[in-house]
Amino acid sequence: MSDEGILRVERVNKSFGGVQAVHEVSFEVRKGEFVGIIGPNGSGKSTLVNLITGFVKPNAGRVYFYGKDITGKKPYTIANLGIARSFQMAKAFTDLSAFKNLIIPLYSPRVRRFRGGQYGERDDVAIDILEEVGFERDSAVPFKTANSLPHGYVKRLELARCIALRPDLMILDELFSGMSMAEVAGTLPVVEKIKEEGTTLIMIEHRLKELFRVVSRVMVLNYGQKIADGPPEEVMESEAVKKAYLGSEE
Amino acid sequence: MATREKGEKGARYRKERLDRGIKARSDGIFALTSYREALYLLFPRTATVIGLLLLPLILDEYWTKVVVITCVVAVLSLSWDFIALTGMFSLGQALFFGAGSYLAGIFNHYWGLPPILTIPMATIGGGIFSTVLILPALRLRGIYFAMVTFVVPLILVRIIEMSGIFGGVEGLSALTPMPNLWVACYLIIIALFVCLFGFRRLMDTDYGLVLKGIKSNDQAVMSGGINIYWFKTQALFIGAATGAFTGAFMTHYYRFVGLPAFSMDYTILPIASTVIGGPGMFAGAMFGAFILMPLTEFLRAIGTWRVVLYSFIMVVFVVAIPEGIFHYLQRKYHQFERWVKTE
Repeated sequence: MSDEGILRVERVNKSFGGVQAVHEVSFEVRKGEFVGIIGPNGSGKSTLVNLITGFVKPNAGRVYFYGKDITGKKPYTIANLGIARSFQMAKAFTDLSAFKNLIIPLYSPRVRRFRGGQYGERDDVAIDILEEVGFERDSAVPFKTANSLPHGYVKRLELARCIALRPDLMILDELFSGMSMAEVAGTLPVVEKIKEEGTTLIMIEHRLKELFRVVSRVMVLNYGQKIADGPPEEVMESEAVKKAYLGSEE
Repeated sequence: MATREKGEKGARYRKERLDRGIKARSDGIFALTSYREALYLLFPRTATVIGLLLLPLILDEYWTKVVVITCVVAVLSLSWDFIALTGMFSLGQALFFGAGSYLAGIFNHYWGLPPILTIPMATIGGGIFSTVLILPALRLRGIYFAMVTFVVPLILVRIIEMSGIFGGVEGLSALTPMPNLWVACYLIIIALFVCLFGFRRLMDTDYGLVLKGIKSNDQAVMSGGINIYWFKTQALFIGAATGAFTGAFMTHYYRFVGLPAFSMDYTILPIASTVIGGPGMFAGAMFGAFILMPLTEFLRAIGTWRVVLYSFIMVVFVVAIPEGIFHYLQRKYHQFERWVKTE
């Protein structure tokens, strides 16, 4: 693990109407780190992801990727720089078959730079990636349309779409929500493997047990503010976190 | 599954769909194992091509002209369907048609260029012109995008009317005609095939997949690192140029271009055709035009009642077969069954 910073978020603010969704959040992620972001519902986790990936523009603050200012850049520009993200509500191309879903990120300028990628070749790459995330290669599953896949597969398709982009930083927004225990158990090693291959990961998750097994650092958001940041054991001992999750005792 | 007994040797048979061997795992992946399966796939395509090429030879002059206008509407429908597949609901076919018409007329009237030059120039020029006008609306979706494309041709009509440019309300007439009806008819038929098979082919490539993805979920396409606005612009240009081609063609076919070139007919007929035939796969849009336009001619004999009957038929189609006639027929074609021996 090098100490090189990959992502730096500086005092970002975002409000929707009167609601302060993200308030003065700053943090830095080093290359190769695996960071978890947790927090109660509505604490601004997804908004933070949208701010980093360009889907939402911050009211104030800056986002740097490899030291380069990416604040307010278009989502596709940021994706091409090497940040992939999954969506909390899986956004599959419902009427395309699973492997065709991956052709779209494989067609991006970023991936075409990595390998030539002729028509047809991309199909093979797509099937390989699907196998990585647990779509059985010699079955009909990769050929089924996304809207006929079970929920667990659709979520893994989200992960596959991120992998297809060959990102330097991958942000997974509640990847495990709605997955069965068995599916989570099957997907967790995939995520760990991505990390071992050198991709920096940020993972937003409500399933803390699974999350704490893989991450080295956890950030806690509450009402749009960062209330804790550190190793999982330390963070869960913090009074502020207990209060946010369980309510104050008085 | 139904079975039947065959007398000799007690062989048993069961029904099996004709495309069972073909549709192995998925749409678009074919595994042909016999010439009969190849024929089964090729028949609808070749029958359409050969049938349409023969039409002008069989029909008299009047009905050949009906074929011409039908093909024009069919090409406009393909253009509409193509833009719709990229997730843009356009009411701008009149704009594309009008832009192509006027450009061809201008090139011919003022510069004296022959149709062999004006038509390609107006196709490209009309495509660029229309795309640039609609460009600011590219970020809009659904009805908002539709409204902009609807209004732009209306504005152009008023500009030409008030300023009197390009012949004003009288338009430009006595333009160079097509060499003869045959040339015109086969030109538009070939153009129709080029668009039909070209668009289908394009949509099957990875490029086409990206376009379909934009319709399905533009945020996911953006997170896949693809500049959706650039792709939408390209799709719009392809659709607009196709529409402009029909306009340029009709200018020389009628030897006239005027304000009717921006008429709403050119917006409504293609959409009606696509709805009747079935959107989302170009053959449906073309098929719809070939039902709608000849029907209009048949009903001409009954005068104003035509509109009533015509509207009624359209409502029946839309209510009874909302998926589109072509989708319905295609489904039925894929459900043909044959008897096969079972062990």
